[in-house]
Amino acid sequence: MTSLPNLKKRWGRPQVQRRLRRRYIYERIFRMLGLAAIGVAGLALATLIVSVGKNAFGGFVQTSIDVDIYLNPEDLRPSSARYRHDFAERVESADMRKLLADALERQFPDIDTDSERRRALQLFSLQARRTLRDYITATPEKIGQTVRMRLLASDDVDQVVKGNIDPRVPESDRRVKDKELAWLAALRADGRISRQLSTTFFTGGDSREPEIAGIFGAIIGSVLTLLVTLLTAFPIGTLAAIYLEEFSPQNRLTAFIEVNINNLAAVPSIVFGLLGLSLFLSILELPRSSPLVGGLTLALMTLPTIIIASRASLRAVPQGLRTAAQGLGASPMQVVFHHVVPSAMPGILTGTIIGLSRGLGETAPLLMIGMVAFVVSTPNALTDAATVLPVQIFLWADSPERAFVEKTSAAILVLLGFLLAVNALAVWLRQRFEVHIPD
Amino acid sequence: MSNSLVFFCLAILALLAFSVGRQRATAMAEREASALNSLPRHYGYLTAAHAVLPALLMSVLWFAFGDNLALALTVANLPPELETLKATQFDLLLDRIQLASDNRNPFEANAHVLEAASRFRRIYGVAGWVAAALIAATALTCLYRAYHQIRPRFTARKRFDRILKTILMISSLVAVLTTIGIIMTLVVESSLFFRDVSVTEFLFGTKWSPQTALRDDQIGASGSFGALPLFAGTLLITFVAILVAGPVGLMAAIYLTQYASPSVRAFAKPCLEVLAGIPTVVYGFFAAVTVAPFLSNTGASLGLDIASESALAAGLVMGVMIIPFVSSLTDDALTAVPGSLKNASLALGATQSETIAHVLIPTAFHGISSAILLAISRAMGETMIVVMAAGMRPNLTANPFEAVTTVTVQIVALLTGDQEFDSPKTLSAFALGLVLFVFTLIFNLFAQRVSRRHAVHYD
Repeated sequence: MTSLPNLKKRWGRPQVQRRLRRRYIYERIFRMLGLAAIGVAGLALATLIVSVGKNAFGGFVQTSIDVDIYLNPEDLRPSSARYRHDFAERVESADMRKLLADALERQFPDIDTDSERRRALQLFSLQARRTLRDYITATPEKIGQTVRMRLLASDDVDQVVKGNIDPRVPESDRRVKDKELAWLAALRADGRISRQLSTTFFTGGDSREPEIAGIFGAIIGSVLTLLVTLLTAFPIGTLAAIYLEEFSPQNRLTAFIEVNINNLAAVPSIVFGLLGLSLFLSILELPRSSPLVGGLTLALMTLPTIIIASRASLRAVPQGLRTAAQGLGASPMQVVFHHVVPSAMPGILTGTIIGLSRGLGETAPLLMIGMVAFVVSTPNALTDAATVLPVQIFLWADSPERAFVEKTSAAILVLLGFLLAVNALAVWLRQRFEVHIPD
Repeated sequence: MSNSLVFFCLAILALLAFSVGRQRATAMAEREASALNSLPRHYGYLTAAHAVLPALLMSVLWFAFGDNLALALTVANLPPELETLKATQFDLLLDRIQLASDNRNPFEANAHVLEAASRFRRIYGVAGWVAAALIAATALTCLYRAYHQIRPRFTARKRFDRILKTILMISSLVAVLTTIGIIMTLVVESSLFFRDVSVTEFLFGTKWSPQTALRDDQIGASGSFGALPLFAGTLLITFVAILVAGPVGLMAAIYLTQYASPSVRAFAKPCLEVLAGIPTVVYGFFAAVTVAPFLSNTGASLGLDIASESALAAGLVMGVMIIPFVSSLTDDALTAVPGSLKNASLALGATQSETIAHVLIPTAFHGISSAILLAISRAMGETMIVVMAAGMRPNLTANPFEAVTTVTVQIVALLTGDQEFDSPKTLSAFALGLVLFVFTLIFNLFAQRVSRRHAVHYD
């Protein structure tokens, strides 16, 4: 044994002190590296959210222009429709372009050629003419008067107003030319340009025009698709988990099924798309692009997740519950369905919701089964052509217009909102219905 | 005869069978004054199951194969004029008959085809009624037999439990059937592809241009299917991703399990979970709109030539996506190390970092390496990020600043949009899918083996 003074002398030696200092420095560096790793992940998350969020605000807002329109009775009685008696029909065939262009000519006296008239008209969205027509049909008493209307601007104007088009860029490299910028400046000086929350974004279907493109059709598509997934994957997944956890004999078949499920959970999602394409579309000839096929494909994909989560939840039910039920004379089925499954239900539901939220964000397999089609209408049935929210995001992200970047970001924000809500529901379910059974 | 009507009728029948079964059981027990073997409702369940299940199976079979049956009957009696067509373009002929019978194709001019179509419609209609009658007869016969089986001593619960157990087992086989379906699909379609293109050319060829010719004399008519550039692109992007996700995920897990205070942990863990929950299409958008232009601009200011769709951008974002995956699996592996080992090392005077490097990591090594293997498999199969941020042009390079294309990008490119089903172009997507499936399967199996076989038990 070394005596105490000896130890002190040894530890006090400069080499030892130096080495100790070096080890502590190393320790601090290591710790910093760990913190840096967390920082990197946090930074990536923050950058992602900021870069999406920064653009998303613009996607919810649209620019409108106020114009004074003289509802010229002459223009509303076009020669082709003069003898028609139905007022709505007459308005339908009247030339809204002319009304709008005349109004613009009064607004900008410098318009004199036809091409300039056309360019001025292009400040407005196609939607503007529809708004005008609906207005006239609804309020025929205003004909012959000049009304101030708030009409939807085109996506290029919208981009100028949002400051996304730099006027210092040479004119030839710019989508919006000097003339239009001058008009817009004049309108702005007049206080005729305003920005509103875009309702079409939430109520409309897809469109080639960014200013009237909406996500409602995609949301309904997602809901229908997930409904199919829920109705197929939840019962099959739960029953499979019950079998594997409660009834399966310890044999090779069971072991094989288990290995199988674990591997299936790690198969790339695009491979499920290939399976869906050839099984549901070419062999069973189900309708292409439909929520039915999309939902079935996602069901096959989420099944392993649901089975694994449900098994974990069934395993967590204390053995005492089973023996107690057996002791009271319950049959094996009664033990499982009257006692074990109800107390494992919160966990099973949580697992199902997590599987569904994965399905909600999934894109690749749905591309394979043709859900990339350009669908304007809202799907009404499981066999209608439809698209889903992530695919809509993918389609918009591919579009060249700058305005679609904002739409994409806004749609992403909506998707993330849905995912957050779904996961919050899972957490709530788990906390609200979790049954604590003492072992 | 529509499907929903049939299923609705079967549901009504099930309710009916349940109630008569239960009533008969109670009535018999009272009449014979003996106790029932099972609860009255078990007799009801059993009667319902016996009555409905065979009919249900039959209706499913009819909906799946009914039209094929009718078509086969039509084809068997085709007029001799169509025999030549039947020999050469059989599938096309079937499609024409079916289209004409749906009245979707008013341009069908061939009178024989039109006649066959009307025969098909007739056969299908008659067969539909026959099937309906058969289903109804089966259901009623089964109901009758099940009803008359009921005696007080009849072990209804036991029998019903057996049926239930079979249903449970069938459900668990769905997963196996899915796997078989995947393998069959990929193998069958790929084998069709490999009739046109040799396996070696596909695996080791360096030229990938899968367009098929419209005319026979067109230049490059055959298309070439050398997938090596795609494999190289996939590996390059996967490599970049693992280079990011491996160290960051590992260190994040170490910090969270070993150093972090509970409050830091409570904040950082959900952050990582959020990162894991973000859909891949969002990462793809982020890579294409934010990261790729940033890298390209930074590269330009440093004098580097970074493509606007570089492998680096896709790889980096994919790495970020996989960080939570690596860190959570590593977290599990580190937490599984017995505390006594760690405490022993600390008690011997090792610093925290020395303990981690010399005790914890070696002990958890198999768990960590299985995490990395699973991460590689996931990176290889990832689709949306590369579709949106990596290029379309095949490029055999190891330079991450260049644009490359990957297996998954090409599968999407080949299968979206209009396509005929039997062209080598479409089939090549399945061959690529097969390669992808085999590679990810190997990595997964390997990962499972590593973590199971070499798990060290200290306690």
